[in-house]
Amino acid sequence: MVKPSPAPVPGSAADTTPRYDGPVPQTEGEVWAILSAIPDPEIPVITITDLGIVRDVTLIGEEVIVAVTPTYSGCPATTVIGLAIETALRDARLMPTILTQIDPPWTTDWLTDEAREKLRRYGIAPPSATGPEACPHCGATTLTKVSQFGSTPCKAAWRCDACLEPFDYFKCH
Amino acid sequence: MSDLFTFLTRMGDNTLVLGHRLSEWCGHAPVLEEDIALANTALDLIGQTQMWLGLAAQVEGAGRSADDLAMLRDAWDFRNLLLVERPNGDFGATIMRQCLFDRFHLLLLDALTHSTDTRIAAIAAKAVKEVRYHADRSAELVIGLGDGTAESHTRMQTALDALWPYVGEMFTDDATDTAMAAAGIAPLPSTLRAAWDTQMTDILTQATLTRPDGDFAHQGGKNGAQHSEHLGHMLSQMQWLQRAYPGATW
Ligand SMILES: [Zn+2]
Repeated sequence: MVKPSPAPVPGSAADTTPRYDGPVPQTEGEVWAILSAIPDPEIPVITITDLGIVRDVTLIGEEVIVAVTPTYSGCPATTVIGLAIETALRDARLMPTILTQIDPPWTTDWLTDEAREKLRRYGIAPPSATGPEACPHCGATTLTKVSQFGSTPCKAAWRCDACLEPFDYFKCH
Repeated sequence: MSDLFTFLTRMGDNTLVLGHRLSEWCGHAPVLEEDIALANTALDLIGQTQMWLGLAAQVEGAGRSADDLAMLRDAWDFRNLLLVERPNGDFGATIMRQCLFDRFHLLLLDALTHSTDTRIAAIAAKAVKEVRYHADRSAELVIGLGDGTAESHTRMQTALDALWPYVGEMFTDDATDTAMAAAGIAPLPSTLRAAWDTQMTDILTQATLTRPDGDFAHQGGKNGAQHSEHLGHMLSQMQWLQRAYPGATW
């Protein structure tokens, strides 16, 4: 029996629904609103504006320039994010140009409070200067580092000593 | 060829060659966590390569891209240190090579964040955050393995002894370095040696490893005059696609 394929992840390449079907944006605020609906391809519960990687938006008529900063210089998601931004803005009938801006370098300080809460609910401990504060599953605070690196460049692997579950920690950067 | 271009290819070739070496571990590391860690470190270094060689290509102004520089040059045009082209050896040797380079890399990038060339300062500010993490990790592993079992201790000491003759090249100044320093673009490599020695002595002491005596230093990587045969073999693997199908794109 052929299993039905799962619904595409919203915002992924397999998701063919238009990113935007409203009127052509007239203000930079409206462009920001479109960008704030684009999920991060690797952690889809947070958006690219939650992550703080959209640094600047300039709208001149139908042309829009979006400055994006990479999280880690080799992060493979950067290209996908650029493509998602371009697709969304073309769906809004704008002419986008995506610029890479490395200065000042991205820091996890730019994560919004909302993003930190979304990460926690998703099972990823948000960044903190002294390492993860609590297990995102049970809230216990006795934790062990398993590896300084995890499944993506922005994460490390930890384990909770109370519930013994492994969890991802969003590295402080 | 301008000194600035040479300097930028040195930066980008170090990260490219070491990044490729680390990626050779993908699927082969002793444990899964270390496999992922090496691959992530490689990824950071390849990302930094895109910035350094991207700027090198822009400075050169000959219509070449970062990809062209990485994939279409042969060994004699590479300007990386001999240390980073050393074959991986065992896991201990890979980690020792990483630690020796990371300490140098971190000191260099820290200094470059104050470069008079704002493009270089911006790349350094981005890269230094990643490299600080690499340096913490490789030092921790050198200490753990050096001060570990008899077997791991012996392997780390053997790796240190074998790699030591490749340390000196990192701190050797030449005409390009002098020109970069005079323009306030980059520090003279020799000025980083004292801080490196202090940090490395501390790490090696904690690791119960003996610092080798000799000061003999192989030369010929950063000036391209005498790369080891290992670089050519590595490039034949890394550049295989462009060599077999010139101009292939995707
Ligand atoms: Zn727990």
